[in-house]
Amino acid sequence: MNSLELKDLYDGFRDARTIKAYAKMIAKEAQKLPRPINIMEVCGGHTHTIMKYGILQLLPSNIHFVHGPGCPVCIMPKERIDHAYVLSMQESVILVTLGDMIKVPGSNGSLQDARSKGADVRFVYSPLDCLKIAQENPDKKVIFFAIGFETTTPMTAALLDTVIKQDVKNIFLHVNHVTVPEPMRALISDEACIIDAFLGPSHVSVISGSKIYEEFPRDWGKPIVVSGFEPVDVMQSISMIVKQFIEGRCEMEVEYKRAVTREGNLKAQALNDKYFHKVDFRWRGLGDIPQSGLGLRDEYDRYNAEKIYDAILPKEEIDDHKLCICGDILKGKASPPQCSIFGTACKPTTPVGSCMVSSEGACSAYYKYGNLV
Amino acid sequence: MTKTITLAQGNGGEENNELIKKVFYKAFKNEILERSEDAAVIGNLAMSTDSFTVSPLFFAGADIGKLAVCGTCNDLAMMGAQPKYLTCSVIIEEGFEVESLERIVESMRSELAINGAVVVSGDTKVVPKGSVDKIFINTTGLGEIVQAGISSNNVSEEDVILINRDIGCHGATIFAAREGMEMSSTLKSDCNSLYPQVKALMDAGVRITAMRDATRGGVAAVLNEWARQSNVCIEVEEAKIPVSDEVKGICEMLGFEATALANEGTFVLAIQKDYAIQALEILKGFEVCAMASVVGEVTQKYPQKVILKSPWGTSRFLETPNGELLPRIC
Repeated sequence: MNSLELKDLYDGFRDARTIKAYAKMIAKEAQKLPRPINIMEVCGGHTHTIMKYGILQLLPSNIHFVHGPGCPVCIMPKERIDHAYVLSMQESVILVTLGDMIKVPGSNGSLQDARSKGADVRFVYSPLDCLKIAQENPDKKVIFFAIGFETTTPMTAALLDTVIKQDVKNIFLHVNHVTVPEPMRALISDEACIIDAFLGPSHVSVISGSKIYEEFPRDWGKPIVVSGFEPVDVMQSISMIVKQFIEGRCEMEVEYKRAVTREGNLKAQALNDKYFHKVDFRWRGLGDIPQSGLGLRDEYDRYNAEKIYDAILPKEEIDDHKLCICGDILKGKASPPQCSIFGTACKPTTPVGSCMVSSEGACSAYYKYGNLV
Repeated sequence: MTKTITLAQGNGGEENNELIKKVFYKAFKNEILERSEDAAVIGNLAMSTDSFTVSPLFFAGADIGKLAVCGTCNDLAMMGAQPKYLTCSVIIEEGFEVESLERIVESMRSELAINGAVVVSGDTKVVPKGSVDKIFINTTGLGEIVQAGISSNNVSEEDVILINRDIGCHGATIFAAREGMEMSSTLKSDCNSLYPQVKALMDAGVRITAMRDATRGGVAAVLNEWARQSNVCIEVEEAKIPVSDEVKGICEMLGFEATALANEGTFVLAIQKDYAIQALEILKGFEVCAMASVVGEVTQKYPQKVILKSPWGTSRFLETPNGELLPRIC
């Protein structure tokens, strides 16, 4: 038997004929919709898919998308970016983080700027790569600036698990993990919110199960479809949502059946629970959302860079520029091109607001791909 | 612009352009420089310079020596010039192994032969450990123009756009090597001298409007430069851009766009429509160009923009890459 190749995982899910067939079907079905519907794709990965593959160009005029807050880099408040900057500038510290985080400007600049001033800043694909860096630099303190939703949290937990088991002395964590359901709840609690249905990120459910979304149809009257990230996945999910409206159903459905179960990955959940507990978190663009973050449990204080370096970390909350309308964009009240500084003062190379900072933010995706919509 | 230099300013994309414009063009301003071609054209001579700092020095498909010759010779070839005379300056870090140096110089020698060029002047500096990363090489080249009038400022609606081979191999190879990723054994840099391909096209009488090798910033940067310099819209069929399965795989895993990855033996051509089939046949005669393809056309739909069209009928702008090459995170 031939071995499985990477392309086998996506080839069929980008098939032009299938995408066109879904577009035709959605257009036909959508004629039966009693009123226009607004679907929020919660996750930045979906925003990226929608913009990169031009999905909006394939939809009828009565289906709208609202781009949600699910990009871990975009929602990071400036004061926490400043934490990373300050930590990176400490003597004998190596600051390690994931990808796009390096580009995001705080009040003194980005980690990229810190690096050009001599700080040792590195990015890794897996948090476990910190182990190698720590081993090669025994006289340095390696601080992992952990970011991400439920998808990346187990990897941070696995890092700490290994650090404790192997008694590694020079790895510390600055934890900025957040969870998906809380901001969704916060958004629909806002009376001005126009969201009618959700597209749920499937990779989050691979870890946490589809059960985490059951409250949205049940308690809030919002249908949700847990969707994969390829264009065919997204088109199929949109057609499932349209069908729910036409048939008068309000349910949680899973499109990404190839990897999502109701319970999710129990082992990963147990690892998360062992090291993290729910904490309040301030979201850039959305403000304080209770119990929406995951912090290190108190018994692991000696690994907690936020506590160890408490004295030097800035505490003051920093708001975005007053012309920035990222908060309204996240709530669906405005779209990126309606912002007065979109594409002028605020660009991917010089982001002002949260939605422009990462390639998964709504404004960045519009800037890069969306100006033909 | 930032107060201190960041790595993004060496990316071949947006920040890099800004740095060049605001610092170097400002100081050196003159008519030849401002044409922004791959090589300066002075009478019937073409002249170009390039410095090489790749890490690792030896990688699948080539090494810094081959790269240093190909890089400069290719810039000359892109102006329709035959590479003739090169200079070679090296800055070597104290402690560097002589054996490695000899290997590098030997690859330079064999690549010079392919181009029919010779090194006629050179310089050697050795600096204390830590002052450079192992070895930096600069080459400057002079070439004799065979077909005059090739310019990135002349692309028009009479032209179609071709790419000579599958894109992104160099960027993907270097990234995988740097990150210590165990990748498919067939992935290797496209680093290659382009003059033989260019010569074959010119010998056959193909009317070439513009050529540019898609180094840092990749194919996306070249197309955008042309759209801006020639004030045209370039419309590209995404499915026709040749990308190997190995490069596609790396892009999938790390969130890159193949069009933004660097190349060292891949070039984009704008040629008059009538010559498209002939040019494609000639290119496909070269083993590495099996995937050569006509990828798009030139219009006035959105002047100074590049449009990427999907097989399912949607389209988007393809922008000049920006930032450091970083993976998306989740």
